[in-house]
Amino acid sequence: MAESPFKENIERVAKEYSEKMTPGAIATIPGSSVINKTGSWRVFVPEFNRDKCTRCFLCYIYCPEPAIYLDEENYPVFDYDYCKGCGICANECPVDAIVMVRETK
Amino acid sequence: MPIRTVMKANEAAAWAAKLAKPKVIAAFPITPSTLVPEKISEFVANGELDAEFIKVESEHSAISACVGASAAGVRTFTATASQGLALMHEVLFIAAGMRLPIVVAVGNRSLSAPINIWNDWQDSISERDTGWLQFYAENNQEALDLILIAFKVAENEKVLLPAMVGFDAFILTHTVEPVEIPDQEVVDEFLGEYEPKHAYLDPERPITQGTLAFPAHYMEARYTVWEANENAKKVIDEVFEEFEKKFGRKYRKVEEYRTEDAEIVFVTMGSLAGTVKEYVDHLREQGIKAGAAKLTVYRPFPIEEVRELAKKAKVIALLEKNVTFSVGGALFQDFSRALINEKEKPIILDFILGLGGRDVTFQNLDEVLEISRKALNGEKVDEVNWIGLRKEIL
Ligand code: SF4
Ligand code: SF4
Repeated sequence: MAESPFKENIERVAKEYSEKMTPGAIATIPGSSVINKTGSWRVFVPEFNRDKCTRCFLCYIYCPEPAIYLDEENYPVFDYDYCKGCGICANECPVDAIVMVRETK
Repeated sequence: MPIRTVMKANEAAAWAAKLAKPKVIAAFPITPSTLVPEKISEFVANGELDAEFIKVESEHSAISACVGASAAGVRTFTATASQGLALMHEVLFIAAGMRLPIVVAVGNRSLSAPINIWNDWQDSISERDTGWLQFYAENNQEALDLILIAFKVAENEKVLLPAMVGFDAFILTHTVEPVEIPDQEVVDEFLGEYEPKHAYLDPERPITQGTLAFPAHYMEARYTVWEANENAKKVIDEVFEEFEKKFGRKYRKVEEYRTEDAEIVFVTMGSLAGTVKEYVDHLREQGIKAGAAKLTVYRPFPIEEVRELAKKAKVIALLEKNVTFSVGGALFQDFSRALINEKEKPIILDFILGLGGRDVTFQNLDEVLEISRKALNGEKVDEVNWIGLRKEIL
């Protein structure tokens, strides 16, 4: 999975944020939003069938988060830390390679 | 040479804005402060003020545009009153929380319903918990001076809070009085250019303003607004001193008038302070030991000065043009808080008067005096009194 280009910044933000309040609570280093793992809001989760997938990238393009990366062979990979379970990818997939299932933890 | 002329408080406010050289002014017209943005747009159109004048579709947009401009790092100004200020309400919190030193001129006017365009202080008093600094002008000169002072205090690094300057609807906004317009060079020396240190737009320095704060950080963010308000107390004194050196006019957070040996001290704000000083002179002629005090600064609330004042009086009579339901007026609440733990404290009486532009006359003040004297003599009186109320039509 591709790594966030902000990884180093994010770690610094997380540290600085917990240590020092800036005037106006300004976040002075970009990438802080990546710390918030929005995946926790999810009820449904995309289930991916690699055999059906045609690698058309529609899911990758439409994911609003974007929680879909592409692997070395250009198959979609879902980042469940940020996937909010909206189901857009499943809806867009022309060959039903993605289905939304209720997530049970 | 400073220009001595005559003008309305609205014009004085526009002149103050011009002298402060804001880069962005966003405003929506509302009675009684319409003339402020009108005059400023004239300055901008004539090329006398190099600024962006944004015509917006509401006061909510006006203050939002100011927040955007100030967050981008420039000096910003707007003017409003009454419902207009109320419409700004939610954004006022945002401006304070983001620590943006915006200055707003408020033509103090009552709130609807019923619709009333005349003076009382309910509009800005209702915004006392937004984190904004609040100054109240007694006359048109003060309206001009306090706006310059407000910019200087607001932009101080220890403060970084927005500020509003109130001047009474019509009594000041539309009344022509002598005003001295200071020299641009002296104002430049006093104010300097706004150099944002925390909030500014620079592609080389990406930041996020107005962020989300989880419970782990929100409380600390609110505390910094509290702390900035506390810091403002000292900074205001310093700025008042510097102002006096540069312009020769002296300001105090609490201005006392003939309070030495006074038994009854009338405390008020805004233009009513002028009437009350006259009244005190009138009482002194009759040998009555009365004094007056004016709150030039209402937020941060000058607790120390109020405590000093309270030591001099046996009765503090608060004259307020606002209502805080079931309490009396806002000043009553503030004075009670300032004095509650003091060992020796005067009797505090609250008088609500002059709402919606009703004149406050010497007869009204006689009533205040009578009640205060009764209290002084140990008689039981109401803590909250509506003065000049026409009970017969109720
Ligand atoms: S469910 Fe929504 S958020 Fe999750 S991967 Fe699909 S499109 Fe993205
Ligand atoms: S939309 Fe469906 S077929 Fe296309 S890449 Fe995504 S999973 Fe594969």
